[in-house]
Amino acid sequence: MSVEALRLDGATARRDARIVWSGVDLSVREGEFVAVLGPNGSGKSTLLHVLLGLLPPAEGTVTVLGGPPGAASSRIGYLPQRRGFESGTRVRGLDLVRLGLDGARWGFPLPAALSPAGRGAERRVAEVIELVGASAYASRPIGDLSGGEQQRLLIAQALVRRPRILLLDEPLDSLDLSNQGAVAALVQRICASEGVTVLLVAHDVNPILPYLDRVVYFAAGGGVAGTPREVITGPTLSSLYGVPVEVLETSDGRLVVVGTPEPPAHHHSRHEHAH
Amino acid sequence: MRIELAGLSLDPVRDLEQLTEFSFMAQALEAGAIVAVMAGAIGWFMVLRRQAFAGHTLSVVAFPGAAGATLAGLPLALGYFGACGGAALVLAAVSRPAGAGRAGESAAIGAVQAFGLGLGFLFVTLYSGQLNGLESLLFGTFLGITAAQVQTLLWVAVAALAALALIGRPLLFASVDEGVARAAGVPTGLLGLAFLLLLGLAVAATAQITGALLVFALLVTPAATAQQVTARPGRGLALSVGLALAVTWIGLAIAYFSPYPVGFWVTSLSFGAYVAVRLGRALLARRAEPLGVPA
Repeated sequence: MSVEALRLDGATARRDARIVWSGVDLSVREGEFVAVLGPNGSGKSTLLHVLLGLLPPAEGTVTVLGGPPGAASSRIGYLPQRRGFESGTRVRGLDLVRLGLDGARWGFPLPAALSPAGRGAERRVAEVIELVGASAYASRPIGDLSGGEQQRLLIAQALVRRPRILLLDEPLDSLDLSNQGAVAALVQRICASEGVTVLLVAHDVNPILPYLDRVVYFAAGGGVAGTPREVITGPTLSSLYGVPVEVLETSDGRLVVVGTPEPPAHHHSRHEHAH
Repeated sequence: MRIELAGLSLDPVRDLEQLTEFSFMAQALEAGAIVAVMAGAIGWFMVLRRQAFAGHTLSVVAFPGAAGATLAGLPLALGYFGACGGAALVLAAVSRPAGAGRAGESAAIGAVQAFGLGLGFLFVTLYSGQLNGLESLLFGTFLGITAAQVQTLLWVAVAALAALALIGRPLLFASVDEGVARAAGVPTGLLGLAFLLLLGLAVAATAQITGALLVFALLVTPAATAQQVTARPGRGLALSVGLALAVTWIGLAIAYFSPYPVGFWVTSLSFGAYVAVRLGRALLARRAEPLGVPA
């Protein structure tokens, strides 16, 4: 468990002329479940783009699975933000998972009856769909499924190539609270059983708090990493934001962050946010 | 209204012999088959990618292309392929910023389409009122196809389908799931451009026999029908091609024995199939719905 999956040293990310965050140090070991937290626009998704090699770091060094970002893209499973499929999308969940396996290959697949490789691919797809518990609805068109069902299939798609790292961008965002917990539990189970390193971008830490190893918290152009109890504290977040911030703990163990300098609109969101 | 089916004997063998007796009819059936297979396959991807409006614009642009070629005394085919290829490049340029506002993209495509129609009108006016020519540019010349044209169509279709087979799987990935495809190393921008060029090629070839306005009968309707029937990519593609082929041949056959134009029969048959499938699906969904629960 001590092998390093990814590392950032003094990394700076810049989009166009704007510096999103700078001076970020982060080291994640294999098999860890890490939440990426922070207010909107603080650069959570940007971290995933940097790790994928889609956005080169402006300064500092980034190492993913022992190499530069982008070199390991076949060993990274990625689930981008907010992908609701329109209701008219006439492609089965099964096909979507299969595309995650060999969709980038040129040509077109032969019918499985003619190709042993095709049968192997079908077995792997069925196996990973079973792993996320989506077998009952995987052969229905993806556009006909609920948000939670789509999300499980998308996680299956990200997992199908047996990645070493899973980057999930707000997979819980469109789900109700009970589904958020269920999907987080599923991700933790995969983390443990497959030894996959998971970075999960979340808006609200509470539904996933029981499952996490560590968090990375981005705000005000910087980022800090550590265990949830180290990072989500008044002193740590106050020095990150540069203004006094308090962290309250409710009797059932939920964390509520108050006093963050944010546009007022965010305080009207549907549930407590960890920022 | 009674439809006069002149010469129909109701003896299938004799009627089939009649159909292929004249070379213009045999060539129409050949050209129709080639165009239907190509349009059915490329149209399936077009419907999946929700690019019907881009496809429509390409087919409208075929009209000024052909009219301009007539005016300049150039071969018609050059006008069709030149205009549709050029328009595909323009559409690729205006739709370049991926995901950045569908509304702006469709407005830009609409502007291209309107300008194309205007150009076509100008060319036709300059050619001083050849109304027969105008009608065939818009509604096709199924029955005036030469053996040389069939040959050209065949090569275009073989090239287009070979290209589609080469890019098929990554194109499907990019079409349904662009972000993940890009992260997996699929060159989505390049594939988008390649697909628009293929679409332009298919439209130009199809427009030469269906006319600029009826291209859609083969490009969009069979594909939309197939996607209503099945969500499986392989079966959907095969069904789309099969339907396009069926409506083309049956439309040609009915038109041979009736006084009404081929274009009308081909569009009506494909529209009929589409409506039937949608109605059938609605009925099935209703039966599957538990009683008393509103859909």
